[in-house]
Amino acid sequence: MKELFPIKQVMGFAFSLILTVIALLVYFTDMSYTVGMTVLLITAFVQAGLQVVVFMHAGETKDKGSIYLNIYYALLIALITIFGTLLVLVWDM
Amino acid sequence: MDFFDRFAVPHPSFLIYASMVGIGLTMLAIVVGITYFKKWGYLWREWITTVDHKRIGIMYLLSALLMLFRGGVDAVMMRYQLSMPENTFLDSQHYNEVFSTHGVVMILFMAMPFIIFFFNYLVPLQIGARDVAFPRLNALSFWLFFMGMGLFNISFIVGGSPDAGWTSYFPLAGNEFSTSVGTNYYMIAIQIAGIGTLMTGINFITTILKMRAPGMKLMKMPMFTWSAFIANVIIVFAFPVLTVLLAMGTMDRLFGTNFFTTDNGGMDMLWANLFWVWGHPEVYILILPAFGLYSEIISTFARRNLYGYKSMVASMVVISLLSFFVWAHHFFTMGQGPLANSIFSITTMAIAVPTGVKIFNWLFTLWKGKIEFTTPMLYSMLFIPLFTLGGVTGVMLAMSAADYQYHNTMFLVAHFHNVIIPGVVYAMLAGLTFYWPKIFGFMLNEKLGKWTAWLLSVGFVLAFIPMYITGLDGQARRMYTYSESTGFSAMNMVSFIGAAIMAIAFVLLVYNIYYSIRYSPRNIGSDPWDARSLEWATHTPVPEYNFAITPQVESTQPFWDSKKNGHQLFKGDIEKIHMPNNSGLPFIMSCIFFVFGFAMIFSIWPLAIITLIGILGCLAYRSFEKDHGRYISVEEIKETETRLRGAKK
Repeated sequence: MKELFPIKQVMGFAFSLILTVIALLVYFTDMSYTVGMTVLLITAFVQAGLQVVVFMHAGETKDKGSIYLNIYYALLIALITIFGTLLVLVWDM
Repeated sequence: MDFFDRFAVPHPSFLIYASMVGIGLTMLAIVVGITYFKKWGYLWREWITTVDHKRIGIMYLLSALLMLFRGGVDAVMMRYQLSMPENTFLDSQHYNEVFSTHGVVMILFMAMPFIIFFFNYLVPLQIGARDVAFPRLNALSFWLFFMGMGLFNISFIVGGSPDAGWTSYFPLAGNEFSTSVGTNYYMIAIQIAGIGTLMTGINFITTILKMRAPGMKLMKMPMFTWSAFIANVIIVFAFPVLTVLLAMGTMDRLFGTNFFTTDNGGMDMLWANLFWVWGHPEVYILILPAFGLYSEIISTFARRNLYGYKSMVASMVVISLLSFFVWAHHFFTMGQGPLANSIFSITTMAIAVPTGVKIFNWLFTLWKGKIEFTTPMLYSMLFIPLFTLGGVTGVMLAMSAADYQYHNTMFLVAHFHNVIIPGVVYAMLAGLTFYWPKIFGFMLNEKLGKWTAWLLSVGFVLAFIPMYITGLDGQARRMYTYSESTGFSAMNMVSFIGAAIMAIAFVLLVYNIYYSIRYSPRNIGSDPWDARSLEWATHTPVPEYNFAITPQVESTQPFWDSKKNGHQLFKGDIEKIHMPNNSGLPFIMSCIFFVFGFAMIFSIWPLAIITLIGILGCLAYRSFEKDHGRYISVEEIKETETRLRGAKK
């Protein structure tokens, strides 16, 4: 019975809900812009990681090396795009 | 507004009415012709429902050639308009529509299907696979692309063409300044075709990673397959940006959002920014497969294996990564400061390094080779100097301070045509000539082919070198006319003559196809060029299962080794082969997409909702459909193999 119960997924689901609640607090409570954005960014990235690892089974097969490589590459491109855009349109405008 | 009024062309002219009649008559002729020759069943069974990568490839090729014609006509119209000062052939609105259409058609509906034709036809053959990883998805890719293309192409006779440039910058492309539905066509048609391209990217990455013949390690793949792999990785990382961007643009135009408006917190420059986040990798999606084709052709006709295989691969990987680091060089003059511009200047110049590595590798492959000047080789040899010229002017443009002089002038237009025409178009024509015998079972005429290559090059030089000069003198791009006192007229006349010569070269290409269909000998065997990689190891025409026995690979050029060094390609016995079933669903779903796109463009909401439900219905049907494919029996394979000049065993 213990092997059949998907404890990891249930915990993941609970944690995922907690993260959602924390993110919602930004809307319902009166935080400053900086604190609010920090909370949102952190919860967003943790949430995304959680989904990929727990529910999309990223690390469970033998090609997990290429899966993570792919994710890191995507992350790199996304960060370059975001920071490049900030540089062009905000920081050095 | 009356319901039917909105379908009228907002700015008609004699040319547009003539095109309407022409298109109407052509459609009628096609329908009558197919009915008269009783080919509807054949078309449906053999082409529309096919999931065979080779047939899908050929359909991509036909679309690309058709669009090459259309974009070419646009180009000649523009050059004619500019050939004389104060010309009245096109007015400003038509000129805007023509250059916008020319850009979109040539990049997205000519160059993209042309390279996807090569992906489709060659990649499975080069890696010894029976088909792509997801054959039905491949059919859906094609039909979505085709419907997007169709939608874009009817714009000029139904409702008006996009007229904000192929880059469609906001705020010009917003509702305030582009009042016709033209820009809606741009947003929706490219979106539909783009979804198809994204699927192609996923499909080919999977195919190349999972379906290589036994023994073909990554570093033993043919160079074209490597370039296709890298290009598809770029597709998967770059096209989502376009998808999101077009969706945001659509919402701005149709639903009144404020992503790219100039008030309510909108940021019009974000469009230019995100457009080039996709747009710059896009040019590498086009050029890398072209480089792959040149690598195949040069090593075949220099009769040597490719020099610097590892550095070729490494340079492509570096180019693919760097291609995401440089996008802001398209708008150095938008107002950002010297820090941002310098960073993007340096990353841009850095791309010249791996590209230079590739050029030198080709030169070293030629070094001491037994060079044979066939048509594909002639294109490749013309490519190296002409492309290098384009690369050098690219480095000039990459200097952000100097770019203030070049920006938005004909110098830029000359530069990007100088890299795209010798880089991509020559590669496509060289590849087409090279692989034509594999695809259709006869060679294209060499003499006519060489004439085409030379005429195209002479035309190219005459058409685009003058633009460098007038551009430096200050002739702005996208200007529909100029006064005589500017002194641009002589150069622009030369340019028009060059464009006309290029048009003649295209006619010669078409004539070559016609001539070769009639007169070219058919007894050429399966390896007419004495080539090196696996696609030449199977029969011509290629049977639907590609290889009766899966080939064994030990080097980067297994077929050459089997011919010269006693390598045994086909070991084992013929076994039954599992193949996918044909399906009409991709075509039907894409047709619904077409109607959906049309309804969105003209804001016909009930129709849009109904068709959207139809699309979701097709997806649901596919999810619950049971389709286990079919088997080709050993007897049938043996019979086919005997018919195609004996089994290879």
